[in-house]
Amino acid sequence: MSITEVNKDNFEKEVLKNEGKVLVDFNADWCGPCKMLKPLLEEIAETHKQIKVVSINIDKEGELTDKYNVSSIPCLVLFDSGEEIKRNVGLISKDEIEDMIGE
Amino acid sequence: MYDIIIIGAGPAGLTSAIYACRASKKVLILEAKSYGGQIINTLDIENYPGEAHISGFDFATKLYNQAKDLGAEILFEKAVDINVIDNLKEVITTKNTYMSKAVIIATGSENRKLGLPNEDELVGRGISYCATCDGAFYRNKNVAVVGGGNTAVEDALYLADIASKVYLIHRRNEFRGEQSTVNHLKEKNNVEFIYNSNVTKLNENERLESIEVTNKDGLVKTIDVAGLFVAVGKIPENQNFAKLVNLDESGYVKSGEDCTTNVAGIFVAGDNRIKEVRQLVTATSDGAIAAINAVKYINDL
Repeated sequence: MSITEVNKDNFEKEVLKNEGKVLVDFNADWCGPCKMLKPLLEEIAETHKQIKVVSINIDKEGELTDKYNVSSIPCLVLFDSGEEIKRNVGLISKDEIEDMIGE
Repeated sequence: MYDIIIIGAGPAGLTSAIYACRASKKVLILEAKSYGGQIINTLDIENYPGEAHISGFDFATKLYNQAKDLGAEILFEKAVDINVIDNLKEVITTKNTYMSKAVIIATGSENRKLGLPNEDELVGRGISYCATCDGAFYRNKNVAVVGGGNTAVEDALYLADIASKVYLIHRRNEFRGEQSTVNHLKEKNNVEFIYNSNVTKLNENERLESIEVTNKDGLVKTIDVAGLFVAVGKIPENQNFAKLVNLDESGYVKSGEDCTTNVAGIFVAGDNRIKEVRQLVTATSDGAIAAINAVKYINDL
């Protein structure tokens, strides 16, 4: 499964109404650590089919960025059945992402 | 069994790998997070010879691909210890153990924290260690920078164009940073300098709301800020190797320009070594020297 680009219009459907875990990646085009994280998230999406991985561009989605109090990127937020259950700010390794999503 | 294990895939470690591979050595790079090191936070590198403009991410990716194409193996595992067994080195990671003839420690450094109780939980909620990464979140808000070196002064200058107001808090009454940058900063009318002061408390309501600043006479004041950018220096990441390799009182590996350490066959490259100038070009320079000396060491075994 690839990474879905999410915006304020489909956030509810893609993230909040999704049954099971969704890993939301808040990022921006100019952010180096975000670019480092991206291939790792693609691998996670590929190997952990039960987890949905979505991406939010903070420059385009200011409303969602503010709503979720994101003020440093990369920022990964893990939702489970619509509830935020974990958050990580900053670049992490693939192992650490797997720890975070509980795999 | 490897010829050389390089710990850290920043500019120093990757350059070591390039030189070692070109000397036909079998090379393993161990990296705890992702390749590139601190340089990936730099938006635009303007001082690397031969590259007028390149992003830190692009630079790191080119270096990484160059090392891999030459045959370097890279594993994303954190090295936690080194043992010397006769002439060989055993490098222990959180997952495995690897053997080599020589080791290059190129672990770099991490941001020094203020050490305030709620600092960690406010990271990403008002506390930042990277102005160029997070500055955009503070458009038209009040922010503070704490520190007195080049990074602090550059951060304040960068933020002055984004934030409505920037407080620069420094524990001394003059800056160690480059004078031209300090002068630029003094020309900004939305920057306020707060000298002889420390940040002593972080007030929050889910996010950072204000900071308490105490001056050297004990006078306390509270400043409302949405963001605090911490630029109080770096800590070398040598702690895991301290029992083997001699460090100075700040934790940097004791080594000269030849990048050797007190242990035969263990070399050091980059920001975690004692040195005057910590720049991209001095990190890659160290990488080359450490690799050449490691190759020489192996060939003489």
